[in-house]
Amino acid sequence: MIKKLPETLDGSVLFNVPLPADLAGLNELAPIIIKQHYAVDYLHTFGQDSPFFAGLANGKLLGTECPQCGYRYGTPKGHCTQCGARTRWFELPQEGQVHTFTVCYFGSEEFLPDCPFVLALIEWEGVNTLFLTRLLGVDPQAPSLDWVGMPVRARFRRNSKFKPTDVYFVPR
Amino acid sequence: MRNVYVVSGGVSKFTKARPDVTFQPMVKEAYDYILNDLGLTQPQAFELIDGTVCSYFSDHFARQLMAGIMVQDYLGLCPKPSFRVESGGATGGVCFQEAYKQVASGYLDVCLAYGFEKMSHVETWKGNEFIALASDQDFDYPVGGFYSGYYAMMVVRHMHEFGTTPEQLAKVSVKNHRNAFYNPYAQKRLKLTVQEVRDSPMVAYPLTRLDICVMSDGAAAVLLASEAGLEKLRQAGAQLAPAVQVAGIGRGTDAMRMADRPHQDFDQFFARNALPSEQTAETKAYYRELFERGTHYPGVHSFRAGRMASREAYRNAGLSEPLKELDFVELHDAYTSSEIQTYEDMGLCRYGEGGQFVDEGYPFLSGLDYGLELAHPGKLPVNPSGGLIACGHPVGATGLMQAVFALWQLQGTIKKHYGGDGTVQITQAKRGAIHSHAGTGTYVTVSILERK
Repeated sequence: MIKKLPETLDGSVLFNVPLPADLAGLNELAPIIIKQHYAVDYLHTFGQDSPFFAGLANGKLLGTECPQCGYRYGTPKGHCTQCGARTRWFELPQEGQVHTFTVCYFGSEEFLPDCPFVLALIEWEGVNTLFLTRLLGVDPQAPSLDWVGMPVRARFRRNSKFKPTDVYFVPR
Repeated sequence: MRNVYVVSGGVSKFTKARPDVTFQPMVKEAYDYILNDLGLTQPQAFELIDGTVCSYFSDHFARQLMAGIMVQDYLGLCPKPSFRVESGGATGGVCFQEAYKQVASGYLDVCLAYGFEKMSHVETWKGNEFIALASDQDFDYPVGGFYSGYYAMMVVRHMHEFGTTPEQLAKVSVKNHRNAFYNPYAQKRLKLTVQEVRDSPMVAYPLTRLDICVMSDGAAAVLLASEAGLEKLRQAGAQLAPAVQVAGIGRGTDAMRMADRPHQDFDQFFARNALPSEQTAETKAYYRELFERGTHYPGVHSFRAGRMASREAYRNAGLSEPLKELDFVELHDAYTSSEIQTYEDMGLCRYGEGGQFVDEGYPFLSGLDYGLELAHPGKLPVNPSGGLIACGHPVGATGLMQAVFALWQLQGTIKKHYGGDGTVQITQAKRGAIHSHAGTGTYVTVSILERK
């Protein structure tokens, strides 16, 4: 049962307020609170990570590996954090398993329409780091610790949005 | 390095929204608390304070770049030297340490650290988004950027590795809300049961709304001084409580993306991360068994930065057995889960035993009825103030708020500052740690305070 109306930021625009002739009590005036909009379009570059997004657009999940020490990154890194060398690209297996997960029933404004959604970190045998993704095909109303270790496979959006969500995972 | 003392501290009342003031007067409330505490006027303080360090986390929440200088001006401290620090959730802890360094280095004799956050400028959902901007914008945020979700993934893995339970998390919530019940500056002063915590709305499995700190408007300030600074304060007629010294500081870091955290084996862990208190044959054997079972360190379930910060701070303060040598800890409990994980990384218990630490009652205050069966309450009280979960988390103020509450514990002045209620005063508290922590454990600070 709803007992509280939601607070929203729409409503009237106020153009004037009363001001008393006597200024003595003004320190007790209630604060004026207004809505201020703020929006920006950025020219964002993925820089050295660009091949990852090109890979997603072509149905491939790319990681990087260090030619010097062999450390393998499940989320790409342009340089190896272990030995400092420039890394090279390799194709990650499209089958992995769930390292950990959560179900978000609330979230940031941008993702509220998606709630509830499942976040998961994916692990691969022989790959040193993980990959953050959305997990679909499980019941978000019935999360279970048993999902840790679940074998999953990658699926790709047909129309790329050039976001890491161009790939997501589903149970195998 | 010179000896550094914490002289006085003040906080504004932490609350959901302070529409009655902009950020500057809110900081002035904390600052004026210090002046009042010391019995100094602003003209006197201006002569005594050599410089300041300012702390606020988010330019997005503030919607004002260089807000620090506007505070400096409002406090009447221009043209004294100052700068702003930003290190995510650990901003306040870093601010405290930078102020410490100003004094320890000999640069300043009296340094004021002040911090604030005003998070009520946006709705909670937008606030979650602003906070999530402090995660990788190319790989993490677009997948569903939400810090509670990130921490929930960490604790799910902790549960998988060590059998930690949602009930153990809930007990931390009961403890911190209950401790805050006696703290007039806290935002949420509640008597809760484990069931109530579990029954509150699920935010990110397994964390409910009562496992998570709240956004807050608040400010805090701390005054630090060298021995020469103390003398100047004394000569100016300042009323000084028993001296509390900063015995040592430490700081650590880890990768922004949880996905990038290493999964080290036993030998790497012991060579790089183990604490002196863990170098016993018994603990080593316990760890060897853990790692042989498949556990790694830190993975996504532990805070390597917290361990680094603790190791440094203990070394600099000359501690080797934190559980025995500390009388309390003010710990960055943005989540009940991160409090439990942090027990382990601060070496208050062994890796993997954070849940049992709670069940035993160690971090609870003795003599307070939490409505729980606790075998050994009061072994090492954690968050006697109520922590972030109950006090609120106005990010730039938080780490300094911990310093203020820790100072009052060590001075034995809790009753005086809590409006006559000394329920949560720890008797004869001699040494305490304050621990500040940024998103998923990226920056962590630990500072040790000691009554002289």
